[in-house]
Amino acid sequence: MAYITAMMTYIAYLAFRKSQIGIMATTITVAGLVSQTFAIILRWKEFADLSGMGFLRSAPMTNLYESLVFFVWCLILGYLIIEFRFKNRSFGAFVTPIAGLVLAFIDLSGVSKDIQPLVPALKSNWLLAHVTMSFIAYAAFSLSFSTGIMYLILRTEKRTEPSYIFWTVTLGLFALLLVSMGLDFLTFHVRVRPEIFIHNYLFRTSFLHPSAAVKIVSYILGAAGLLIVWRYGYLLRTVLTKFNVTPDMLDEVTYKSIAVGFPIFTLGGLIFGAIWADQAWGVYWSWDPKETWSLITWLIYAFYLHARMIRGWRGKKVAIVAVVGFTAVIFTYLGVNLLLSGLHSYGSQ
Amino acid sequence: MEQEKKKTIADKIWDFLASVKLAIVIFALIAITSIIGTILEQRGDPANNLQILTRLFGESLAPTLFSISEKLGFMDMYHSWWFTGFLVLFSVNLIICSIDRLPRIWKLIHEPIGPLPAEKIRKFAVGKEFTIRGKPDSAKDSVVFALRKAGFHAGEVKEEQGYSFFAQQGKYSRLGVFITHFSILFILIGALIGIRFGFKAHLNLPEGAVSAAAFSGNGREIRFGFEIRCDTFHVDFYGNSDMPKEYRSWLTVFKNGREVLRKSITVNDPLTYEGITFYQSSYGIVPGSLNQGIFIFNTVSKDGKSTTINPRLGDSFDIPGTGISAKIIDFSPALRVDEHGHAVTYANQMNNPAVLIEFSESGKNTFSGWLLKRHPETWQLPNGSRVEFLDYWGVEFTGLQVRKDPGVWIVYFGCIAMSIGLFIAFFMSHPRLWVTLVEEKNTTRVMIGATTNKNRSALERRVDKIVSILGKQQEGDK
Repeated sequence: MAYITAMMTYIAYLAFRKSQIGIMATTITVAGLVSQTFAIILRWKEFADLSGMGFLRSAPMTNLYESLVFFVWCLILGYLIIEFRFKNRSFGAFVTPIAGLVLAFIDLSGVSKDIQPLVPALKSNWLLAHVTMSFIAYAAFSLSFSTGIMYLILRTEKRTEPSYIFWTVTLGLFALLLVSMGLDFLTFHVRVRPEIFIHNYLFRTSFLHPSAAVKIVSYILGAAGLLIVWRYGYLLRTVLTKFNVTPDMLDEVTYKSIAVGFPIFTLGGLIFGAIWADQAWGVYWSWDPKETWSLITWLIYAFYLHARMIRGWRGKKVAIVAVVGFTAVIFTYLGVNLLLSGLHSYGSQ
Repeated sequence: MEQEKKKTIADKIWDFLASVKLAIVIFALIAITSIIGTILEQRGDPANNLQILTRLFGESLAPTLFSISEKLGFMDMYHSWWFTGFLVLFSVNLIICSIDRLPRIWKLIHEPIGPLPAEKIRKFAVGKEFTIRGKPDSAKDSVVFALRKAGFHAGEVKEEQGYSFFAQQGKYSRLGVFITHFSILFILIGALIGIRFGFKAHLNLPEGAVSAAAFSGNGREIRFGFEIRCDTFHVDFYGNSDMPKEYRSWLTVFKNGREVLRKSITVNDPLTYEGITFYQSSYGIVPGSLNQGIFIFNTVSKDGKSTTINPRLGDSFDIPGTGISAKIIDFSPALRVDEHGHAVTYANQMNNPAVLIEFSESGKNTFSGWLLKRHPETWQLPNGSRVEFLDYWGVEFTGLQVRKDPGVWIVYFGCIAMSIGLFIAFFMSHPRLWVTLVEEKNTTRVMIGATTNKNRSALERRVDKIVSILGKQQEGDK
């Protein structure tokens, strides 16, 4: 499978980001994308042959593994489009690590890579349209998240500024979450279904450790980590200013990604989802957690657009909304499947 | 400013209801309350919610929080008065905000575009100023040509010192926002009609049974005005697993005692009759029916003669063409052999239907064994004939979701309108462009000014294109 290659590509790209060989980085990223495309098509074909359901109905996006892989694919494609449009490679240093992290997560965690048979509800032509468009939108939103965070990093100067505190805490929490999850994986060496992992193992090495002492120490360490990110966050700004990005450009990319993501999310995620739900379950809207969280995400981005276009909010305020929007996206996509129950729980299998 | 003072209370209320601030507050309110709604189980078992609250807030706080959230309707919040209130406020905000803004936008759309004086053209954010050779009269044609190449069909006015051009595009794209906003209203109205004039109900229909009504969530009986019968129900599994691949019910609709429609339904393929739609949603075994069903066997003798027979549990039958008679001893809906070699039933679903049959020839027991519906190799008898176990009919029910929703088409219309509206609002813009040509000592000074509501960079590229075409023509004229 091409994912190992793709992962190495991103790491290679990271290594090259400071050097002048940006073209090489782009080439490697494109090569990664192409090989991943082939891998997806191969899996698609294998699935179609296996299920005998015809090509269009067997899109490989039916479980967590496949959807994450497709998400990475969309993200890299979106990034390459931006690189091409804005003739600027600096975003790559922020986007490719996300892709790399997701792939690493897929690889390390117990997400099942097997091709699984479809439950009857998923056998529909709407699967392809609904899931593809949702993920294209998710990828666009994650681009807006990266540029939004970059914007905040560049534009905040004082440590006491609310937006500075906001981005350091957000970034710090993300890092903390990843580190503690990484610790769990390293300690337990388990490959189980994600929801089992969450119920039985997650944070058991740190925040939920059976011994109270370790628990307290982890909380203190976690807080210390946040404090360090907060204390030294400005260093990131110095790094960023070396790249050739202006805050205005970041603001524009954030807006454009949302302007592309929002209509696609509305049509593919909400409307197609509603039509499909109507056909399969007999209700186009049932307030199940996935639907509700999509609506919450939709509302946050609608908030962003109205704040920006009508109220004339610019800069830091809207960047914060964009970042918050993406946390809602993550929760819609992963949190709902893993933490809440509902009709939509296919992805977690 | 004077107008500000004259504002009456009605004006103030109007402004408040039309404000984007209110919209943003409602967005936030709906979002935050919905988050609570996804954490607490809706219309679920109260004990579960108490447990969730205990896990989140600890033993001491949970009971208080529970009674508060129960009183506020958080256990069924999407149907509570205040959530409905948010939606009503949201619609009112949408309508008033649109009425408030529409006249201004309408004026902008219908305002004819005309020439602008040079000093105004210079003020636009997108613009270029340069001179080209020749008097305006001769330069005019190449300007028109360049404008057309860049996609602008400009109006033209002769002025004292030269010419003035003006063009606009996509002025109706400014309506995209309104289409989007109204589409939300359509969706809400459609939903309202569905709630008021439609119903949602459930019906467990056993194989062979006929029903004229279903039951809604609160136990109310809803009559269809016709009858529906489940002829048979069938599940297909993946390979040897117990994972259902497809389940299908064969349904027949009777109106006034006459058959009017026959259709088999699966999960993504429902049946609709007179506005009422039947969705395949679940299945199961009718309690107490396991010994009541009818077997459907197809016996095939050695010489290939096949006969269908329909015995019941405990019945005896002869296999035609042989001297063998059979007696049905036992049935299991899901047979498995346990570690001690005993046959056990492992599920209360028809996952692996099996029937125990005792065969005898001229009065002597010769053979007895389990015949498995999902394993045709068990159908073969030692003497070469075969008993095909096709079905055990009448023990399963099909779970149907029954719905009537006259508002669904309005909702769909709203969805289509929203897609179109969003597309227009985000991907189409309304650029306007002015050009003046002024004579300047045998050359012509060209001034371009342009503005757009969206996508400025695209407009900048188009203006650059006009400039470069004019530049090329100049070189060509040399």
